Amino acid sequence: MKVTRTARIATATLLVAGLTSAALTGCSGATPGTTGSSTLTLWTDALRAPALKSVSAQFKKDTGVTIKLVIKDFATVDKDFISQVPTGKGPDIIVSPHDKLGAYVQNGVVAPIQLGDSASKYAKVAIQAVTYNGNVYGLPYSIENIAMVRNTALAPTAAKTFDDVIASGKAAVASGTAKYPFLLGLDPKQGDPYHLYPLQTSFGSSVFAQKSDGSYDGSKLTLGDPAGVKFATALKTWGAEGILNPNITADIAATSFAKGESPYFISGPWNIGAIKKAGVKYAIDPLPTAGPDAAKPFLGVNAFFLSAKSKNKVAATKFLVNYLGTDAVQEKLYEVGDRAPALTSAFNTIAATNSDVQAFGKVGLNGVPMPSIPQMASVWADWGSAELALIKGEGDPATVWNAAVVNVQAKIKG
Amino acid sequence: MATSASPQKSPVDRELAGRSVMTTDPHQLRAAAGFRRSGLVAVISKILLLGLFDAFSLSLIFAMAGLHLWVPLIATIVITLLINWIYLGKSKRLPGKYLTPGVVFLLVFQIFVVFFSGYIAFTNYGDGHNSTKADAIGAITVAAQKRVPDSPTYAVAILQKDGKFFFLVTDPAGKVSVGSSTDPLTAASNPQRDGTGQANGLAGYDTLTLDQVLAAQEAITAIAVPLTANPADGTLRTDDASSAYLYTSDLSYDRRADTFTNGSGVVYRDDGKGEFATADGTKKLSPGWKIDVGFENFAKAFTNPQLSGPLLRVAIWTFVFALASVALTFALGLFLALVLNHPTLRGKKIYRVLVVLPYAFPVYLSGLVWAGLLNPQFGFVNQVLFGGAQIPWLTAPLLAQFSVILVNVWLGYPYMFLVCTGALQSLPEELNEAARVDGASPWRALRSIKLPLLLVSIAPLLIASFAFNFNNFNVIYMLTRGWPRFSDTTFDIGSTDLLITMVYKVAFGSGGARDYGLASALSIVIFLLIATISVIAFRRTKALEDIN
Repeated sequence: MKVTRTARIATATLLVAGLTSAALTGCSGATPGTTGSSTLTLWTDALRAPALKSVSAQFKKDTGVTIKLVIKDFATVDKDFISQVPTGKGPDIIVSPHDKLGAYVQNGVVAPIQLGDSASKYAKVAIQAVTYNGNVYGLPYSIENIAMVRNTALAPTAAKTFDDVIASGKAAVASGTAKYPFLLGLDPKQGDPYHLYPLQTSFGSSVFAQKSDGSYDGSKLTLGDPAGVKFATALKTWGAEGILNPNITADIAATSFAKGESPYFISGPWNIGAIKKAGVKYAIDPLPTAGPDAAKPFLGVNAFFLSAKSKNKVAATKFLVNYLGTDAVQEKLYEVGDRAPALTSAFNTIAATNSDVQAFGKVGLNGVPMPSIPQMASVWADWGSAELALIKGEGDPATVWNAAVVNVQAKIKG
Repeated sequence: MATSASPQKSPVDRELAGRSVMTTDPHQLRAAAGFRRSGLVAVISKILLLGLFDAFSLSLIFAMAGLHLWVPLIATIVITLLINWIYLGKSKRLPGKYLTPGVVFLLVFQIFVVFFSGYIAFTNYGDGHNSTKADAIGAITVAAQKRVPDSPTYAVAILQKDGKFFFLVTDPAGKVSVGSSTDPLTAASNPQRDGTGQANGLAGYDTLTLDQVLAAQEAITAIAVPLTANPADGTLRTDDASSAYLYTSDLSYDRRADTFTNGSGVVYRDDGKGEFATADGTKKLSPGWKIDVGFENFAKAFTNPQLSGPLLRVAIWTFVFALASVALTFALGLFLALVLNHPTLRGKKIYRVLVVLPYAFPVYLSGLVWAGLLNPQFGFVNQVLFGGAQIPWLTAPLLAQFSVILVNVWLGYPYMFLVCTGALQSLPEELNEAARVDGASPWRALRSIKLPLLLVSIAPLLIASFAFNFNNFNVIYMLTRGWPRFSDTTFDIGSTDLLITMVYKVAFGSGGARDYGLASALSIVIFLLIATISVIAFRRTKALEDIN
C-alpha cells in the first residue's frame, strides 16, 4: 500500500510538473517567436525616463517595436553595462556620459553607429566627444561645462583675466562686502582637476595631446610639460594667497556664493538653480585666463550608446538616429536635465529664451571634451593630490608636479 | 485536527504517525484517521510544491540544453532527482526533508559565490579582458571597419530571393544597383521607384517590409556588399536598413591562422595572455578576452612592488583598526551599561535612549556628517571645540587613523551597550549580593564574577564584531576614502585604507583600470586571514565556557 501511495504522489507530481512547464515554455516561447524584435531595452536614469516616454510610444506606433525603459542608478550603470553585455543580458541602448566611452570600447561592449549626414546637425565638440578611434559610437543629447558665475552686485563688470578676478575679488573683501575673493569647490582630501582645468589650459597645459580629429592620444601624456609646471607654480602662489582654499568643499562654495559672500564662483549649470532661488543677481561670464592661452573647460557630453551585443540593431539605430536625434526629444531632455542640447537647432531654440543656457553654451564652444580614453582613469587621483599638495603649500611645484606625472605614467604602463 | 492528541505532536511525530497506519490499537487508529484528513491537504500541497519545483527544473533543463550547458544541466538533473527522492521517500529520509532547503540555499547563496570569486581569482577578468575570445574578435573586426571619408550616403532597400538577402542601392546620382554579400554591385535594370526617386523594388525579387526586416535584423546588419569586384574598394553595410555607407577595413582576420593582419602587413597573434599582439609584443589589439592565468594574481599581490609594500601596511592597519574598534567600543559600551544598570539610578530609560542614538543613524549619513564636522577650517570640531585651530583631522596620516577609529567607536558603542545591558540583566542579582556579603569590592565583583559570566555570552559577539570591523567598508569610504594617499605607490591606496576598501579600489578602479581577478585574489587572502583568526578565537571561547 505504501508503495502505491508513493507512486500516486509521484505521478501526480509529475503531472503538475508537466503541465506547469508546458505552460511556462508556452508563455516564454510566444515572445521571440513572431518577429524577434518586439522589444528594445533602454537603460536610463530616473530623471530622463519621463522625457523618453512619448517618443517611445511614437516609435511603437510607427514600427511595432516596444521600448522598455529600465531605470538604473547613474553612478554604477557603466559597470553594470560592461559586465552584463557579454552575458547577453545587457540592454540594447544605454544613456551614459561620454567619458565612459573608452572603457566601453576597451571592453568591446559598444557598437559604432553611423549618423551619416545628420552628424553635422550636432555641435562639433559633441560629435568629437562620442568619437573613438575614428568611429562614432554615440548619439549625443546634451553638453555641460563650467563657466564663471559672477555676483553682479559685488562685481559689476566681467573680468577677463584671473588677475583681474583676484584684484576685484580682493577689493570686494577689503571693502567688507564679500568674505572670499573667489570661490571654487575643492576638497580637503583631494584637489579638483575638473574645476581647475580652465586655469590650467590658459597656461597652455593639457592632460593628453589631442589628435587632428580632436580625439586624445593616450600615449602622449602632456601633463608634465613646462606649461604644466607653470600652472603648478601658480597653484602654489594662489594657495599661499588664500585665493584657493582646499577646505572650501563644493558644498561650502555653493552655499557661500548663494549667500552673496563672494563675487566670483567657477561652477556649472547644476548650481544655478540654488543661486537663483537665493535671490543673488548673477551673470555667466567666459572663464578667466591666468596665462597667455584660452581657458578651456572640460565638456561632459551625455549620449545614447548602442550595445555591441544588441540583437535589434536595425530597430535600435532607427530609434537613435531618427527618433532621439530630433528637436522635440532633445528639448524635452533639456527640460528634465537642465543641460544644453547637443543638437544645434534644439540648442538655438532654447538659447533664444534662456540666457543661462546660451551663456554656458558659448563658454562650452571653447571647451574640450573630457578625455574618454581608458588611460584617463589613471590620471585623476595623482593629478588631484598633486594640486592639493601645492595649494596647501607642500613641496616644490616642479618636484610635486613631476612626481605625480611619473606616477601616472607608471600607472598607464600597468 | 480531530483528536486532542495531534496538536501537541511535533511535525515529525505526525509524519511518523501518517506512515504507520497499519495498527491495531483503536485509539491510534482514530488518531490516524484524523491525521489523514489533515494529511490530505499536506499531500496536495506537497504535490503542488514539488510539481512546481520540478516544472521549474524542467524549464531550466530545456533552457540549458538550448545553450549547450551540459555540466550545469547534469547537475540540475541530479539535484532535482535527489530532491524528489527525498520528498517522495520513506520516513528514513525524514532528516533530509528538513535539511534540504537549507543546504540548497547555502549552495546557491554561499558556496557558489565563494567558489565563483575563487574562480575569478585565477583569471585575468577585468577591464580589457571582459568576455570571450569570439566576442573580442567580433569587436575588433567591427571597430576596424571605417567609413570611407567623404563617401556618399546610399539609399538602400532590402530584397530577398531564394532565401538570400540583397541590397537594392540608389546612389546620390539616382543610379540603381543590386548586390549581396557574395555578388558585388551590378546595375539593376528597370527598378520600381518611390516618389523621391529611391528604388524600392526589382522584378524577380521580393522587397522586405519593415516587419520582415526587423525579424531578420541580425542577418541584415551582417551583410557586406562589395562595391566592385576589387575588395580594396570597400563594402556597403547598413545599420538601419534604409541607408548604407561605404566601409573599408584596416584589419582582416584569418580564421585558419587565428591572426589579424593590418593594411601594412603587420600580423597580430594570440599571445597566450588573452589578447592579440605583434610578435615583439609592442602593439596590441583591444579588446582582449578572459583567460585562466593560474596563480598570477596571487603572485602579483605579493611581488608587485607597487602593491606588496602598501599591502603589508594596509594589513597591519586593518588589524589595528579592527582590534582598537572592538576593544574601545566594548569598553565604552560595557562602562555605560554598568553605569546605566545601577539599581538606584533614576531616568534610566531616557539615558539609554540617548546612548543608543548613534545606532539609529545610517552609517553612510554619519560618515558624511563626520567628514563635515572634521573639516579643518569650517568643521564644528575645530571651530568650536578647538577655538578655530586648523587641525587636519582627516588629512594627516596618523590623525586620520585616529579620527577614523574615533568615529567608528561613536558608531559602534551603542551595539556593545545594548548587548552588555542585555547580558548584565540576565545575570542573577543573587550573585552580586553574595559577592557583597562575602565582602568583595564592586570592582572585584565585576572583574571576578560579572565579567567572566558576561564574556561567555558576549565573546562570540566580540569575534563577530572583529570580523565586521575588519571589513568595515562604509566608515572608511564615507569618511576618508582611504586617504591620505601613500606617496610611494601608483595604486590609489592611503593610510586609512582597510584591506576591503583596497580590494574595492583595485576591483572598481578608482583611479585605474578595473581588475576583478586581482581583487578576487586579494579577497581570498582576506577570507583566509579572517577565517584563521575566527577559528582560533572560537576555540578559545570554548575554553571560556568550560571554565564556568
